[in-house]
Parts: sequence; structure tokens; C-alpha cells
Amino acid sequence: MFAGKRLSKELLKMKEHLPPGISIAKSENLEEWQMDIQVLDENPLYQNQVYRLKFTFSSKYPIEPPEVQFIELSSTSETPRPIPIHPHIYSNGIICLDLLSSAGWSPVQTVESVCMSIQSMLTANTRDERPPGDSDFVSYNRRRPRDINFFYDDDNV
Amino acid sequence: MESDDDFMSVASSADDFLDTQASDDESLGEVDFGDDFDGGFSKDKDIIATSRKPYEVDFKVLNPDDIDREQNRQINEVSSILSLPPESSAILLRYGRWNREKLIEGYMDHPEETLEEAGLGTNFEGTPKTEVVPGFVCEICCEDGDNLETYAMRCGHRFCVDCYRHYLAQKIREEGEAARIECPGDGCNMIVDSKSLSLLVTPRLKERYYTLLQRTYVDDKENLKWCPAPNCEYAVDCQVKQRDLRRIVPTVECNCKHHFCFGCTLNDHQPAPCQLVRMWLKKCEDDSETANWISANTKECPRCHSTIEKNGGCNHMTCRKCKHEFCWMCMGLWSEHGTSWYNCNRYEEKSGSEARTAQAKSRASLERYLHYYNRYANHEQSAKLDKDLFLKTEKKMTSLQSQSGLSWIEVQFLDTASQALQQCRQTLKWTYAFAYYLARNNLTEIFEDNQKDLEMAVENLSEMFEKPVPELANLKVDILDKTAYCNKRRVILLSDTAENLKNGEWSFNVDW
Repeated sequence: MFAGKRLSKELLKMKEHLPPGISIAKSENLEEWQMDIQVLDENPLYQNQVYRLKFTFSSKYPIEPPEVQFIELSSTSETPRPIPIHPHIYSNGIICLDLLSSAGWSPVQTVESVCMSIQSMLTANTRDERPPGDSDFVSYNRRRPRDINFFYDDDNV
Repeated sequence: MESDDDFMSVASSADDFLDTQASDDESLGEVDFGDDFDGGFSKDKDIIATSRKPYEVDFKVLNPDDIDREQNRQINEVSSILSLPPESSAILLRYGRWNREKLIEGYMDHPEETLEEAGLGTNFEGTPKTEVVPGFVCEICCEDGDNLETYAMRCGHRFCVDCYRHYLAQKIREEGEAARIECPGDGCNMIVDSKSLSLLVTPRLKERYYTLLQRTYVDDKENLKWCPAPNCEYAVDCQVKQRDLRRIVPTVECNCKHHFCFGCTLNDHQPAPCQLVRMWLKKCEDDSETANWISANTKECPRCHSTIEKNGGCNHMTCRKCKHEFCWMCMGLWSEHGTSWYNCNRYEEKSGSEARTAQAKSRASLERYLHYYNRYANHEQSAKLDKDLFLKTEKKMTSLQSQSGLSWIEVQFLDTASQALQQCRQTLKWTYAFAYYLARNNLTEIFEDNQKDLEMAVENLSEMFEKPVPELANLKVDILDKTAYCNKRRVILLSDTAENLKNGEWSFNVDW
């Protein structure tokens, strides 16, 4: 019920202005949006790459956090979108970020602010690695990101 | 047979146990007096000292009203000491996990910081109310109507009442939060106090909120635990601390009749201490089926002790790991087998017997585990059958009444016997887990004697108990005797183990 109104307002605002490196890729309906993000500084891990984030909204958004993950578009497509390498991003695109959990989420956050947080999470990273246990997690996980209890044990990255 | 004198000696040493316990508590009082100032539930050592057995602990069962009352009493007390409104005191206490003394001290030293950290900030007095603010746009729903009711706590983060309400409903209903719900504003740690909450949410949600708050009280206090029985609303108050669990197995009985360990909230596991119980359960979960199978179907390589399953073929084994060649039958070197290929008819050559001794040693540890496990599992199985037994008992009691002309009160002995059986089996089961971790010495001899006596008594009673109904009436005196004897043997076993545990007399074959 309020998801609709809030999302239309967010969209309107984003169409007027967005911070550099963030753009709207898909926003046809009010259930799922896709956003493209880029890392703007010289970080060699993410040079010249564009990444695609998928936002899924429940009807309780923004009281409930949106479900956010990276999605992959193959390197042969017109718009190739890999999954960025990062110690908190699994190779299936699932992101371990406390901001996206119900405990860390604040309803004041927006799609734009989430994109900026993830952008800066990439910018600050220097480690060319996946989370520990990535291959196990990727092959066994059938849960949706919101149902996973991550341990936010590492505040450094 | 146990003489009365023996029994008296157990009782008298119980007093020694209590004396040390009492002095311990006093010395603890100096370290963290927070617990001693709780008041209300404090135990009266003198009264209990006369009736308590060495393996029993003091405890008190609290119903929801008791918990409520105690909570309010402490809130009001802190409120009058610090001259703060009760709502703020409640937040402070919950923030400080109900450690009153520490909280008061902290507040006296740094009132501003304490309030800030607890999410109270300055200026906490006054009645909260909703407001209409001209030109306001809610950051959550982007609503901007002229008559929009809004609310902000002292932190000044203002949202429309509707969003606030949904936010609180989400936190309380979906996430089960109560004591630490923060302001919806990003990065704001201001905690939503109960006055603000009352203003905003529906009565039903408020009820849920208070239920959850009450839970945090019990969860936060080290001396309180919920009874783990399904649908049981009682909590148990017991002064045994986590660090005491090496020396005490604190078993308590809730008003709902459920016996459980206050230390780990598992079902009664006397005489085994919590830590050993945890190790044992873990081991059984990991090992028991596997170990059984390994023991039945495999042998070990005589050289590198890799476990080998022979899944067919001849007796000439070559270890995959170390390439050692040996005979499956006699475990001796294959090279000594000469020409008797694929068959072993040799009798006791040296290399074979040595290999078998080495193997026997490593197998012995497996067998040892299975010895204890099988007995443990057997009593557990029997304990499960107790449920059926209990139902059968009720039927027996009814038919005994009609067949023998005994009155209801006269057939109660069957109920008593059935309960004794259940309890003794529960104890016996855990004696085997306990024994698995005991290092052998004189004490274990006594322990095993006690265990054997209790086991025999239990099996005897169990046998009588299963006699056909017409015979039961005649066995009444015998069953009553046996029941009393079983209970007595259990008391003796538990008293003995508890005292040795208390005094650190047991030696174990593991570190814990």
C-alpha cells in the first residue's frame, strides 16, 4: 500500500538527478527495479566495469528492506554485467551487508542510498577475493537473501 | 542392602556441602553484588539446609504475575533512587540488562552519558503527543497532506503516525523486538520508550509488546530461566551461576511438573554435568551409528590403522594408504603366508598375533564407547516407553479397582511406582554418559556399584510392574517396597556423585 506511492516519488526524484556512477536500468513496475552502478575511482578491481543490481520490493517497503542482489548478464550480451569480486559478495550475486537486513535497515533509506552504500563498499575494497565458503554457499543455497542469517562479523571491508 | 546408618551419613555430609555453598555465596557477594541486591526471591538458607539433598539446588518457580511484579518493583525502586520517570528507568534497566547496582553507579557518575547510551538523551520528561506540522513531508511514505499527524521522539526524527505505526508493528510482530526498538531514522539509536509506543500502537500490539518485554527481563537475568516445556508460562529463579556448572548439576522442577537442568535447560540429566552432556550428545550425534557399523564391518590396517572394509575378494589385502600387505583373516604379514594363497590356515604366527593386539587396542576404545552408548540408549528407549507405560498404568489402576475391589486411593501405588521407574531410568541413562568420561579409580568402583544396585532395583520393579492385573493386588506391598528402594538407591547414587563433583574428587579422561 505505501510501497507504491513511495516508489513513484523515489523514481521521480532519481529521474531528475542521480549521483555519478549510478543509473536506472529498469523500472517498469513497482515490484522490481534494476540499477547499474560503476566504481568511479582508480580501483583496479572494478575498472571500466558496470554492475547490475536487482531490487525486489515487498508491499511493506520501505518498512521492510528491499531484497538487493547483483545479477549477471553474459559477456556476449550487449550490456555485459559481471558479478563484482568482493569478500562480502558471493559469486551468485548475493550480498552480505547489514544495511539490507531487517535489523540494519532504516525506512529512511532509499534505492538511491542503497546504491551509494554498495558503490562505496566496492570503492573501499582492496581484496581480490570472494567470501569464505563461497563455492559451498553458491551450490547449496536455495534460500532467498532475506531468509539468510548472515553474521556481520567484519566491519573493515 | 543399605543400612540406615549409611543413609544417615549421606544426610550429615549434606550439611557440610551446604556450609561450603553458603560461604561461597558470601564471597561471591563481594565481587558482583548486583545479584544479591535483587531481593524478592532471595533464598533462606536455614530453612532449606534441613531438607535439601546434596544433589538438589534451591530454586523458586515464578508465574507471569510474579515476574511482572518483580519487574515493576525494581523499576519503581530505581525510579525513586534516580528520580527519573518510571518509563525512563525501565529503559535504563533494560539497557543495563537489569544490573541495578552497576546502572545506578554508572548513572551517578555520568548521568548524561548513561542516558545518551541508553537511547534516552536529555529532556525525557513530559507527555508525548502527535502533532500536525505545516509543510511536513514524511521521509518514509513521502506523504505531505496538510492534516498529517506526525510524531517525533526527543531525537527530532519526525515521521507520520501511520509510518511510525507500521514500523513498530513490523518490529514487534515480525521481528519480535521490544526492549531495543530504535527510532526509524537512519543511524539513530534512540530507543522507542513505552509511553511513545502506547501513544502509537493498537491495544493488541501493545499487549504483544509487553509480553515480549517481560521475556527480555527473564532472558537478561542470569538467575532466571523460562521453563522449556511447551506452552509453559513459568520461569524458574535459581542462583546457580554458569561458572558453578563444573561442580553442580542444578536440576529444577517447574510447577508444570517438568524437570529440567537450570544450567542448560535440557531435560534432567543428573548426575552428568552440563558440559559432559553437551560433549556426549555431540558425540552420539556424530558417531554412534557410524561407530556401530565400523565395529561390525571393518578392520584396521595393522601398520597405519586406516579403517578398511572388505567388500569381497580374497584375503590378500593391500592397504590403499600405506601399501602394507597383510592377511584379512589373521592380520599377519602376507609375505609369511608362503604358498597358501587366498586362504589362511596358519595358527598363531608372531606377526599376526602382534598385529591383532595392536588392533585390539584401538578397537577397544570403540567398543568402550559402544558399551556405554548401548546402555545409555537402552535406558533412553525405556524412558520413551514410559509414556505408554504411564497410560497402561492408568488402565491397570482402573481395572484393578473393579477386579479387586480396591479403592482409588489404594491403587495409587501403581502411579507412584511408574513415576519412580521413569525418574530412575532417566538417571541411569545419564550415569552411562557420565561413566564414559570418568577415569578409573576407587571412586568409579563405588560409582559402578551404586549404578549396578540402582539398575537391578529398577529392573526388578519393572518386571513386577508388568505382571497381569489380577496378580498386582497381591504384589502391592512388594511393589511399594521396591519403589521405595529404587528411590532410595537413586538418592544414594546422586548424593554420592554430586558430593564428589562438588568437591572436585572425580577425575575425567577428557578436559572440559
